[in-house]
Amino acid sequence: MRYPVGDTGALPFFRNPAQNMATIPIERIAKQLVHTIQDYSLFAWRAFMNLYTEPRYWSDYLIQSDIIGVGSTAIVLLSGFFTGGVLALQSAATLSQFGATAVTGQFVSITMIRELGPVLTGIMVAGRNASSMASELGSMVVTEQIDAMRALGVDPMRKLVTPRIFACISMLFFLTVVADAFGILGGGAVTVFLNHQNGTQYFSKAWESLRYPDIIQGLVKPLFSGYIIASVGCFYGLRTTGGTQGVGRSTIQAVVNSSVLIILVDFLLTRVLLALFPPL
Amino acid sequence: MSAPTASGLPAPGPPGPDDKTPVVAFRNVSISFAGPPVLDDVSFSVAPGETRILLGPAGVGKSVLLKLVDGLLRPDSGSIRLFGEEIATMPEQKLFPLRMRTGMVFQEGALFDSLSVRDNVAYQLIQERIPDDEIDSRVRPALSFVGLEDTFSMFPASLSGGMRRRVAIARAFIRHPELLLYDSPTGGLDPVTSTTIIELIVKERDVHRTPSILVTHRLQDAFMLCTHEFATEYNCMIPFPNGQYDPNTTFLMLNEGRLIFDGSLHDLVHSSDPFVREFLE
Repeated sequence: MRYPVGDTGALPFFRNPAQNMATIPIERIAKQLVHTIQDYSLFAWRAFMNLYTEPRYWSDYLIQSDIIGVGSTAIVLLSGFFTGGVLALQSAATLSQFGATAVTGQFVSITMIRELGPVLTGIMVAGRNASSMASELGSMVVTEQIDAMRALGVDPMRKLVTPRIFACISMLFFLTVVADAFGILGGGAVTVFLNHQNGTQYFSKAWESLRYPDIIQGLVKPLFSGYIIASVGCFYGLRTTGGTQGVGRSTIQAVVNSSVLIILVDFLLTRVLLALFPPL
Repeated sequence: MSAPTASGLPAPGPPGPDDKTPVVAFRNVSISFAGPPVLDDVSFSVAPGETRILLGPAGVGKSVLLKLVDGLLRPDSGSIRLFGEEIATMPEQKLFPLRMRTGMVFQEGALFDSLSVRDNVAYQLIQERIPDDEIDSRVRPALSFVGLEDTFSMFPASLSGGMRRRVAIARAFIRHPELLLYDSPTGGLDPVTSTTIIELIVKERDVHRTPSILVTHRLQDAFMLCTHEFATEYNCMIPFPNGQYDPNTTFLMLNEGRLIFDGSLHDLVHSSDPFVREFLE
């Protein structure tokens, strides 16, 4: 079929934009994505910079530290312990083929401290706290509590968002240390009680193989993850629309996007940190 | 000391130099949300001591207008002056001090459900780090004003809808704001509770002479507000004698985003506008 040159009105593609079902959603999704990234960047920057100007809500910081830090200890401790145990189980099975079961401790400690400890803790805390922040702030939005707060002369960014971000950053740091410690302990328990290997050898290898760059790498990541969890959770919570259904949607978006961002940023950080501290 | 009026209320003091400046002034304000304009070219003002009742059917933009007054929303075009300052383009940080001078009662109360009634009412005072003893001594009279002294330690979840509105009113009143904004304070309430709420608003209007904007779609509440005064000697609301009404309580009416009426109760009931007639009937 031929169309006259210049007569785009006759072409099905141009005739009616509404008919062009394949391209319109893509265009719309792309615009929404760009808008969301732009809004999130401004939001995250403003929340961070609020720490440098008055008023600061230290009591809210302490309350949030308790909710995020103390409240997440049990899940972080358990997930760390069993992850270390699984690592020991899996690695011992593979390493035994090469007669290298003695290095199980080294394998577990380095893997936990450099990678699994920060990432798993980040994802566990994101599941618990990004969802809680999004649903709490989302409920406040739909019941006009955020507007009420603004009408009472209080900035919700300073009062609700900034304390959550700094509480999450500082608490995730300590939670990661706890996860690392219990991961190594879990690996030790499996090594001794299930694999029937020497516990002293496991722990001495775990300790001896660690270098400062490993620890730095493991403790830098939770600072970024903490920032991501709280900022994404609060961002989706505060842009909730559509009543209780919208709160549910915001909660899902907060957990999914913070988890994906944690893994993405972990990859980028690992790349940078490996370049800064190359393995021996 | 000012002489008491017939109703026992003190007469307003002599007008000051700024008494003529409107507390709120809208000039050609329009706003839309991804569709046709919610408010289109709206202009009105609120004078000191004046109570303006904003009427209109549900979904016509009354709450939007009220949020514009407090800077919670920004107009697409036009000028909004609050206490003489242009707020349409004012940065959010500069709006907070102005909002501290206003009191707003939201449609469903918008109480903070994680805080007790005491902490809700004292929210602004707590943020200002006022000592606890002083806070308590100010919260109790505020709760007493709305007849809810016994709810001091309770949480919003254990209050009825009417009680929540009254706590929200106490929260709005506690700092003696220079402007009060009521967003459908009686919406969804039974007639007895609605009358209690209207009585509180009349009391605040007549005792403190605070200018206000009240949004409602309930004509009976609007007329009651206009035709009653608060008698301090009886501590209750009584009707004006001989069908009189409060001259400082006037009406605005919105329809399809446009302000179609601005005037007194007399003008309202004698309006020839077909929509106003239909709304009144």
